[in-house]
Amino acid sequence: MEIIMAFVIGFLFMAAVYLILSKSLLRIIIGTGLLSHGAHLLILTMGGLTGEAPPVLKEGAKTFADPLPQALILTAIVISFGVTAFFLVLAYRSYQELETDDISLMRGSDEDE
Amino acid sequence: MLQVLYIFIPMLAAIFVPFIYKSIKNIHTGWFVLAVPATLAVIYATYIARVAKGEVFYDGIPWIPSLDISVVSYLDGLSLLFSLLITGIGSLVVLYSIFYLDKHKEKLHNFYVYLLLFMSAMLGVVQSDHLITLYFFWELTSISSFLLIGYWYTRDASRFGALKSMMITVFGGLMMLGGFILLYLMGGTYSIRELIAMAPNLVQHPLFIWALILLLFGAFTKSAQFPFYIWLPDAMEAPTPVSAYLHSATMVKAGIYLVARFTPIFAASELWIWLVTGVGLLTLFWGSFFAVKQTDLKSILAFSTVSQLGLIMSLLGAGAVAFHVNGAADSMFKYAAFAAIFHLINHATFKGSLFMIAGIIDHETGTRDIRRLGGLMSIMPLSFTVAAIGSFSMAGLPPFNGFLSKEMFLTAMLSLQNFEFFGFDTWGVLFPIVAWIASIFTFIYSFYFVCRTFTGKYKPELYAHKPHEAPIGMLISPMILASLVVIIFFIPNLIGDTFVKPAVQAIQPFLYNAPEDINIHVAAWHGEITPELVMTIGIVIIGVLLFVALPKWQGIYKLFPRALTFNNAYDKMMLALDVGLNRVSRLYMTGSMRHYLLYMFSGITAISIGTLFVKDAFSLSFEGTAPIRSYELILIVVLMIGTAITIFAKSRLTAIIGLGSVGYTVALFFVIFNAPDLALTQLVIETISVALFLLAFYHLPKLGKREERMRFQLNRAIISIAVGVMVTLIALSAHSQKLVPTISKYYEETVYSKAGGGNIVNVILVDYRGFDTLFEITVLGIAGMAILAMIKLRMNRKEKPHENK
Repeated sequence: MEIIMAFVIGFLFMAAVYLILSKSLLRIIIGTGLLSHGAHLLILTMGGLTGEAPPVLKEGAKTFADPLPQALILTAIVISFGVTAFFLVLAYRSYQELETDDISLMRGSDEDE
Repeated sequence: MLQVLYIFIPMLAAIFVPFIYKSIKNIHTGWFVLAVPATLAVIYATYIARVAKGEVFYDGIPWIPSLDISVVSYLDGLSLLFSLLITGIGSLVVLYSIFYLDKHKEKLHNFYVYLLLFMSAMLGVVQSDHLITLYFFWELTSISSFLLIGYWYTRDASRFGALKSMMITVFGGLMMLGGFILLYLMGGTYSIRELIAMAPNLVQHPLFIWALILLLFGAFTKSAQFPFYIWLPDAMEAPTPVSAYLHSATMVKAGIYLVARFTPIFAASELWIWLVTGVGLLTLFWGSFFAVKQTDLKSILAFSTVSQLGLIMSLLGAGAVAFHVNGAADSMFKYAAFAAIFHLINHATFKGSLFMIAGIIDHETGTRDIRRLGGLMSIMPLSFTVAAIGSFSMAGLPPFNGFLSKEMFLTAMLSLQNFEFFGFDTWGVLFPIVAWIASIFTFIYSFYFVCRTFTGKYKPELYAHKPHEAPIGMLISPMILASLVVIIFFIPNLIGDTFVKPAVQAIQPFLYNAPEDINIHVAAWHGEITPELVMTIGIVIIGVLLFVALPKWQGIYKLFPRALTFNNAYDKMMLALDVGLNRVSRLYMTGSMRHYLLYMFSGITAISIGTLFVKDAFSLSFEGTAPIRSYELILIVVLMIGTAITIFAKSRLTAIIGLGSVGYTVALFFVIFNAPDLALTQLVIETISVALFLLAFYHLPKLGKREERMRFQLNRAIISIAVGVMVTLIALSAHSQKLVPTISKYYEETVYSKAGGGNIVNVILVDYRGFDTLFEITVLGIAGMAILAMIKLRMNRKEKPHENK
C-alpha cells in the first residue's frame, strides 16, 4: 500500500505544482491546497500504514498506528487552513484593488513604470 | 581576562557616547571620550618595562569553543608598540578633534562612536593571536574607516572615498582570510605563535606559496601599497583628525603589522623577500614622485604616507633576508627590521603632526589648495614651526628623528647588494638606487608642503576670512608630536631599547633570545664619512636644486594620460561591474512570481534527485508494507479524478469542487489509516475551506465571466512532472530504508504514566508539544487579524487604479 501511496502522493504534488505555476490566483490557491494534502499524506505514509488500531490506549490493543506523524499532520492541517484563508482574502482584496486576478499583470510597483 | 577586556573598553565606552552627547550639551563630548584612550595608554604603559625585558603576556577567553575560536590578547614587543601608538596617538587625536569639530554643528555622537569602534578594532588586530579573530577585527577596522571617511555623508566625494576604501580593503581582507584558512590547513592551528613555532615545516607545503600571496593581498591593500594605494588619497575626505589617526598613524599600518607578524613564517620564501621589498620600494618611489604633483595639502600628505608606508614595507622585506644569512645577528643585515620599526614610530610622530597642521590651515583659512596658500609664516608662527619640524624630519634632515631612520634605511638598502642568494647579487644594486631617487622626491615634497604654505607672498584677497593662528588647544597635540620628533633624535637609544628592540625580537624570534641581544646602537654621527651620509648629502643638494627648479619641470606630470592611471582603471572596473552585474540580475530577476517559482522548483528537484543519484540512496523494498484493500483502490481513483478536475476544469467552480473532493477523500484515507482525529479535523477544515472558496468566488462575479481554458505549457508540465517524480522517489526511498528507529515507542510507553492520557495524538499535542500548539494558535490568530485588517483596509488611492497593459 505504501508503494502505491508514494505514486499517489507524487501525482498530487505534480498537479499542485502545475496549478501553482499558472497565472490565475485562484488556481494558485487551489494548488497550495493540493500541495498540503500531498504533504499530509506523505508524512502519514512515511510513518507506516501497518498499524491495526488508532493510537489510543485501551485494553487488548495490539499495534497502534504511529502517533507522531498524526500529531504533526494535525498541526499542519490547521496551519494550512490558516494559510489558505489568508491567501483567499488576499486574492479577493487584490482583485478588488487591481481588478485582475492574473499575477503576470501584477508585477512591479508603480514607481518602476 | 582583564587583558582581553582592555581591547573592548573603547567599544563599551561607545555605548554611552550618544547618551552623553544628548544629555550634556554644554561640554564637548570629546572631553569624555578622551578619558578612554588616555586611560588605556596608561594601562599599556605599565607593560613597557616588563616587555622590554622580553616578557610576553598572554590572555584569552573562548568565543566560539565548538569551532576553536577564541578572543586572545597577546602582548609582545610588537603588539605593545602598536597598542601604545593606537592609544597614545588616539588620545592626541581626540584632544585635537575637540577643537576641530564644532560641538554645535557636528554630529559628535556619530563621530566618537565610530572612532571608539575603530580603536577597539585596531587593538584587536594587533593583539589577536588567533587568525579568525584577527580577521574579524581587521574587517572591523575597514568598516569603521568606511564610516569615518563617510562622516560628512552629504558630500559626494566623502561617499565615493568611503566606498572606494571599503571595496579595496575588504577585497584584500577576504584574500587574507583565504590565506589564513590555508595556514590553518597546513598547520592545523589558528594560533599565530604555534604557526611560527612550526614555520620550518610549513615551507615545504604546496599551499605555502598561495597562503603567502593571499596574505600579502591583505597587507598591501590595507597599507596602501602599489597598485592598491588609490583608495588612500580619496580617503582624505574624512575629517582631518581621522586622516591623522586612521590614514596615517594606525590603520594603514595594520598591513605593516601583518607583514611584520608573519615574517617568521614566510621569510624563508624567496618570493616573500622579492615581493615585500620590491612592492615596498616601488610604492616608495611612486608615492613620493606623485606627491609633488598634488595641489591639495592633504593629498600631498596622503601620497607621502603611501610612500613612507612603502619605505617601511621594503625594510620589512629586507629584514627577512636575515633569515637566510649565518650569523645575521652580527651582520650588516641586522639593521633592516630595526629601521622598519624605528621609522614606523618616527613616521607616526611627524606625519601625525603634519596632518594636524593641514587641518589647522584648512580650519583657519578655509582652503587646503596649495596654489592659494602662501606667506602664512608670520600669521601662524606656531603652526609653521610644527610644520617645519615635521617636514624636515620627513625629508631626513638632522636634528630630527627622520634623519636617523632614513640613514638606517639607506644602510639596509645598501646591504642588500651583498646578499648572495635569489639573484640579489646581480639585481641588489638597484635597491639603493631606487631608494635614493625616491628620497630625493621625498625631500622635494616635504619642502613643497611647508614652503608653499608658509613662505612666499601673502595674498589676503584669496581667503574667505582673515586667517589667524589656531587656538592653543588645537596646537597642543601637534606640538607634543613635534617635540617628540626632536626628542627622539637626541635619545634614540632609549627609544630603541624600550620599544624597537622588543618589537624586532618579535619579528626575528629565531635570531635573538631577548631584546637586549640586539646589538644595534643608533647614532647620528658615526665618526667617519659613511656612504649613507654621502647619499644624504646628495639627496639634500639635488633635492634643493630640483625644488628651486620645480616650476620648470612640474609640467611632466601633465604628460601622464589619465586613461592609464589606476584610478581610471578602478572607475572603469566599478562601472563595468555595476552595469554587467545589473544586466545579469535583470536576466533572472524578471519580477514575475512564476519565474521565481520555476527556479525554486527546478532547483529543489535537481538537488534532491541529484543527491539520490550521487549518494546512491535510491532503494525499493516491498518488505513491511500494509496490504492493499479494494476500497482503498477505489478511494485512490476518486482522489485522482478529483485532482484531475482541478487541473482540467473549465469553470473555476468545478475546480473548487474538485479540490473539495480531494480534501474529503484525504479525510477518508485518514479514517482507513487509523487516524480518527485527523479525519475529524480534516472534515471540519475541508468544509470551512470549501465554504470560504465559494464565498470568495461569490464575491468575485467577474472572475467567473472571464473564463478561459488554461493553455498547456511545456515547461510547466516538465517541472511539475519532475517534482512529482522527485517526491515519489524520495517517498519510496524513505519507506524502503529506515535508517533510524521510530521514537514513537517513547510516547506509547509514557503517555499514561507521565501525562495521564489515553489518546496519544491528543496528548502529544497538548502536553508533550504544548508550546507548538500554543504557537500554532498564535499563528492562526495572526492570520485572522491580518485577514480582518485586509478587509477593513481601504487604501487612499489618489491616482487612477492600476491600468492593465
